[in-house]
Amino acid sequence: MMDILQIFLSDNFWAASLRIATPLIFGVLGALLCERSGVLNLGIEGIFVVGAMMGWLIAYLTGSLWLGVMAAALSGALFGVFHAVLTVPLGLSQHVSGLGITMFATALMSFSYRTAFPQVSSPPRIEPFRALDIPVLSDLPFVGPVLFQQTAMTWLALGLVAVVWWVMERTALGVAIKAVGDNPDAVNAQGLSVIRLRMGAVIAGSALMALGGAFLTMSAFDAFFFGMVNGRGWICIALVIFASWQPGKALLGALLFGMFDALQVRLQTEAGALIPGQVFLMVPYVLSIVALILAARKADYPRALLKPWFKGQR
Amino acid sequence: MKDPTPVLSLRGMVKRFGPVVAADHIDLDLNRGEVLALLGENGAGKTTLMNMLFGQYTPDAGSVHVWDEHGVEHILPSGQPQAAIEARIGMVHQHFTLAENLSVVDNILLGTERLLHLNRNRRTARAKLEALMTHSGLIVPLDARVRDLSVGERQRVEILKALYRDVRILVLDEPTAVLTPQEADMLFTSVRSMVANGLSVIFISHKLREVLAFSDRIAVLRHGAKMGEMTTEEADTRSIIRMMIGEEHDMPERIPGTPQDVVLSLDAITVTPGKDGRGVTNIDLDLRRGEIIGIAGVSGNGQSALARVLSGLLVPDGGTLEIAGKRIDRLTPGKALAQGIGRIPEDRHHDGIIAALSVAENLVIERLDAPDVQRAGFLRRDAIASHAEALCTAYDVRGPGIAANSALLSGGNIQKLILARVLETHPDVILANQPTRGLDFRAASEVSRRLIEARDRGAGVILISEDLDEVLSLADRVLVMHGGQLTETASRDRSAIGQLMAGQAA
Amino acid sequence: MIEIVPREQPSRLLTSGIPILAAVAALALAAIPLAFAGAPIIEAYGQMFTGVFGSLFSFTEMLTRATPLIFTGLAAAVAFKAKLWNIGGEGQLYLGAMAAVWVGSGMIDGPPILMVPLVLLAGMIAGGLGMLGPAVLKTRFGADEVVTSLLLNFIILIFVQMMLEGPLKDPMSLGWPQSEPIIDSATLPKLIAKMRLHAGFLLAIATAIVAYVIMAMTVWGLKVRAVGENAAAARHAGIPVRRVFLSVAFASGALAGLAGVSEVAGLRGYLTADLSPGFGYTGIVVAMLAGLSPLGVVLAALYIASVFVGTDSMSRAMGVSSFLADLTVSMSLICVLLGGFFARFRIRRITRGEDA
Repeated sequence: MMDILQIFLSDNFWAASLRIATPLIFGVLGALLCERSGVLNLGIEGIFVVGAMMGWLIAYLTGSLWLGVMAAALSGALFGVFHAVLTVPLGLSQHVSGLGITMFATALMSFSYRTAFPQVSSPPRIEPFRALDIPVLSDLPFVGPVLFQQTAMTWLALGLVAVVWWVMERTALGVAIKAVGDNPDAVNAQGLSVIRLRMGAVIAGSALMALGGAFLTMSAFDAFFFGMVNGRGWICIALVIFASWQPGKALLGALLFGMFDALQVRLQTEAGALIPGQVFLMVPYVLSIVALILAARKADYPRALLKPWFKGQR
Repeated sequence: MKDPTPVLSLRGMVKRFGPVVAADHIDLDLNRGEVLALLGENGAGKTTLMNMLFGQYTPDAGSVHVWDEHGVEHILPSGQPQAAIEARIGMVHQHFTLAENLSVVDNILLGTERLLHLNRNRRTARAKLEALMTHSGLIVPLDARVRDLSVGERQRVEILKALYRDVRILVLDEPTAVLTPQEADMLFTSVRSMVANGLSVIFISHKLREVLAFSDRIAVLRHGAKMGEMTTEEADTRSIIRMMIGEEHDMPERIPGTPQDVVLSLDAITVTPGKDGRGVTNIDLDLRRGEIIGIAGVSGNGQSALARVLSGLLVPDGGTLEIAGKRIDRLTPGKALAQGIGRIPEDRHHDGIIAALSVAENLVIERLDAPDVQRAGFLRRDAIASHAEALCTAYDVRGPGIAANSALLSGGNIQKLILARVLETHPDVILANQPTRGLDFRAASEVSRRLIEARDRGAGVILISEDLDEVLSLADRVLVMHGGQLTETASRDRSAIGQLMAGQAA
Repeated sequence: MIEIVPREQPSRLLTSGIPILAAVAALALAAIPLAFAGAPIIEAYGQMFTGVFGSLFSFTEMLTRATPLIFTGLAAAVAFKAKLWNIGGEGQLYLGAMAAVWVGSGMIDGPPILMVPLVLLAGMIAGGLGMLGPAVLKTRFGADEVVTSLLLNFIILIFVQMMLEGPLKDPMSLGWPQSEPIIDSATLPKLIAKMRLHAGFLLAIATAIVAYVIMAMTVWGLKVRAVGENAAAARHAGIPVRRVFLSVAFASGALAGLAGVSEVAGLRGYLTADLSPGFGYTGIVVAMLAGLSPLGVVLAALYIASVFVGTDSMSRAMGVSSFLADLTVSMSLICVLLGGFFARFRIRRITRGEDA
C-alpha cells in the first residue's frame, strides 16, 4: 500500500502520465471532430502510422522538428481527404473505408520505409524534442517537473484541447459541425453545405490524429519502428465514447488513461516477480474496453453517425 | 383587397425519381399577401414541387422566378438551398429539420452567422427573436434543447427559423398533421396576421376542411400534375375532390359490427416515459371480437407506447394484459404472434418489411417455423414461392414479382403485403397503427375494407389513427389518447373529440 | 453540376464483375510503388506470376496460404451479413490455435478419427467464445463490437505470449517461446508428398460450401440476413434478434478459430506468437472482395494468397520490399469499396433545360 501511495506522490509518475496521455489527446480530439460531424474514422490507426513515419522522415531529412510536425499534419490531412471522399460525397461504408485506410496507410508507410532504408542494422535516429526548460517554472517543486518539463508537443496537445473546445462550444462553426452530425437535413435546409462541413471535419480530425503519431517518433522516441503505434488509434476510438464527444472530457479520459498506464509500468517493477509481465502489458487494452463498457450505456452518440447523406434523396 | 403583385412563379417544373414522374410540368403562381393552398393526396407531388422550389431537389426541367421588393424578376439557380434563402423563401418541412442536440437559438441562427462568429455575442439576434415571438404569438423557450421540446413547440421553432430570415414567401408543408384542431387554429391565426403584413404563403395540405377555411386560392395536384386552380370563394367541395382523386366518391356509410366476447383485455397498463417517447398511464381497455376500436389523437401522445406494448416490443412497467381470458406476462413479438395478435406497424418501411429480402420471404417472415415454410431447418423454397404467388394475387400486391426485393414495391403495395401477411393467419386481434398514412385513396380504402372484413369474420380490431375522419368512418367505439391517457367518448362530433384531443374535458 | 442517383436495381453485371475489376485494378496500381522501388515493372509482374504458377510447389504454397484466409474470410463474411462487425478474427485465430495445441499436444491421445475432430472442435469453441464476448458486451451494455473485438486482438496476442512462456511452453525448445508440438494423431495430413499443402485446405473448401448452404437455404440463414438488413423489422416479426446475433458471433468466431487450428495442426505443428501475419485482418478484405458470399470467399482467398506468394517470390528475386503485397491487398479493398459505389449508384450530369 505504502508503495502505491509513494507512486502517487512522486512527480515523475505524474509527468509520465501526461507524457503517455499526449498522443492519445491528439487522437481523441481528432476522432471527436470526425465523429461530431457524423463520420467514424477507423483510419485512425493507420493515420497514426503516417504521422509517426512522415514526421520523423521530414525531421530526419531536413533537421527541423517543426517541419516534421507540419509534414505529419499535412500527410494525415491527405489521408483524411481520402477517407472523407469515400465516406462523405460517395457515402460508402465508414467501417470498411476506415479499415481500408488503416491497412493502406500502414502498408504504404512500411513499404516506403523499407524502400528508403533497405535493411539498415540500426534504425536512423533524429534528435527528438527536448523537455522545455522554462526558467523558474521548471524549477518549482512538483509542478515544475510535471507540467513545465514536458516537450513542446505536449503543450501543443493541451493547446489544441482549448482550441477544439473553443471552436465546438463558442463558434458558429462548432454549432454547424454538431448540427451536421445530428441532422444533416437541418444544416442543408439552412443553406450550409453538409458535404463541406463533414469533409472539413474529417480532414482536420485526421491531421490531429497524425500529430499523435508524430509525437511517438519525435518526442517519445527518436526513430520509426514497425508496429510502434500498437493499437493506440483504436484506444482513442474507445476513449472518445468515454469522453461523450466533449473536448474537456477527452482530455480527462486521456489523462486517466495515461495515469493507469504509468501506474502499470511502476507496479510492474514492484510486482514483476509475482505476476508475469504480460499481464501489465494487457492493462491499456483492458482499460479501454472497461471504459467503453462504463460509457456505452449512457453514450449519446451523434444521431447521424455512420449515416451517409445524399443531396435531394428521399 | 388582394394585392395582385406577383412574387413567385414556378414554370414547367419536372422531377423524376427513376421511372416515377413525381412532378410533371407544373406551373404555379403566387401573389403578394395571399395564401395559396396546394391540395392533393399523398404522392401527388406537393412536397416534391416545394423541394425543388427550395433547392432540396434539382429539377429535371423548369424554372423558378421570383420578384423582389422592387418588382424586379430573378430566376433562381436550381438545386441550391442558398439561392432560395437569399430570395427570402422559407419552408417549414413536414418532417422537421432540427438538430435535436442543439438549443433553439442555435437552430434558428444556424447558417445565418459567419462560421467563426462567436456565438455568445448574440444580443441583437436575441432581441430580434424576442420581437418576432411577440408579434407572431409563436412562443418557445430559446435556450432549451430541441430534444426536450414537444412537437408543437418544434414546429414553432421551424416557423421562427423562417421568420428570422425575414422571409417574404413561407411554405408550410402539412403543418397541422401533428397538431390538435385547436393548436391548428392558433397556427392559422398567427399566419393570418403575418399575411396581413405582406407575407405570401403556400400552404400544403390534403385536408379539405382546412384548405377551405384558411386559403385564398387553391391549386390541386394529382399524380404529379396540376389538375386545376380556383379561388377559395368559388371552390366547391365536390369538384375539388374530383380533381384530387379523379372520380366522385362518397364516404361509405359505416356498417356497425356485432361485438361478441372479450378477446383482449388491458388493465391499468402503465409505461413510464423514456428516452424514446411518451409513456402511458393506467390504460384500461376491453376489446371484443367483431368490433373496431378507434383510438384518435395527435401523434406523440402515447399511441406508440401502447402499440409497442401490444406488439410485444415493450414490456409495460405496470398493469396486466389478458388474451382470451389468459394472463400473459412479458409479451414478446413471438408470443404476440402465437397468441393471435396481428400487427400492422406504424412505420411500415422501418418495422413492417425487410427491404433487402424478397417479397416471398417477407410474406413468411413472421412464421418461419411453420411446417409449410421449413423442414428440418431448411427453407421450402417451392412452397414459399407458391404461397407468395397465391397471397399476392388474393391481396393484389403488385410489383416486379415475388422474387424481387420488397424495396422495389410502392408504399401502397408494401402495406398490402403486410396486410396479406397479417390477415392470412386469421388473427383474433388486429392492431392497425396508422394503417393508411401516406397511402393514396384507392390503397387506403382497400385497407379499410380489409379491416372491416376481418372484423366481420370475428376479429377484434384496434385502429390507431391521427386521421379523425378515418376513425369516425371505421370505428364502432371511439377513444381519444392524450397525454398518455385513454378516454372513451360516445360523441361523434368533431369539435367535441377535438377538445378531448387537446386534453380538455368535452 | 453532377448528381448522385441510386440505381433502381443494382446492376447484376457490375455487382459480379466488380471484385474482378477491383483485383485487376489493385494489381495494376502496384506498378506505382514498384516503379518507386526502381524495379523493372514487366519483369516484376512476370516474376509474381511464375512465383505462383511456375511450379507445382509454388502453386501448392499458394493454396496453403489461401487456407487460413478462406476461414478468416468466412468468419468476416458471415458476421458482416448480420451487420456484426467482427474485426477480431486475428485474436480468434490465436484462440483456436491455442485450444488446438492445448488439446492436441499430448493431453489425450486416440486414433486420428477422434483426435482430429476433437482438435477442430476445441478450436471452434475457443474462437467462438472469443467473439461471443464482444457480442455479449454489445447486446448487454451497448459497447461497440468494432472497438472491443479490435482491442481483444492485442490482449489475446499478449496472452498467447504469456502462455508460451508459461503453461504451454515446450520444455524441449531451448528457451524459445513455442508450444509443444501437436501429436501425430491430431495432425491434419499432408495432401501431396514433399509439399506443405495439408488437409486443412480441403476442410476450408468444405466449410465454405457448408456456409453457403446454411446462409442460402436454411431458416437460420434467412434470420441472419433479416437481422443484418433490418433488425427492427426482424424483431417486430418475432425473430429473436439477440439470440441470432449471438449465434452469428459464435459461428463467426468459430470459423476464425478453425483458421488457427488448421495453421498449427496442418502447417506448423506447434504454436508460436508469429503464427499469423495478420490473417484475421486480411480475412476482412477477402470477405469484402467476395461480396460476403461464402463461395466467393474461396476465390477471393485464392487471389489474395496469390498476391502474397507471388510478391514474396518477386521480392526475393528483385529486392523489392515484400510489404508490396500488403499494399496491393489494401488497395484491392479500397477498389472493391469504390466499385460497390458504381454498382449501386450512377453519377449523372445535370444539364439545364433538359426535357422529356
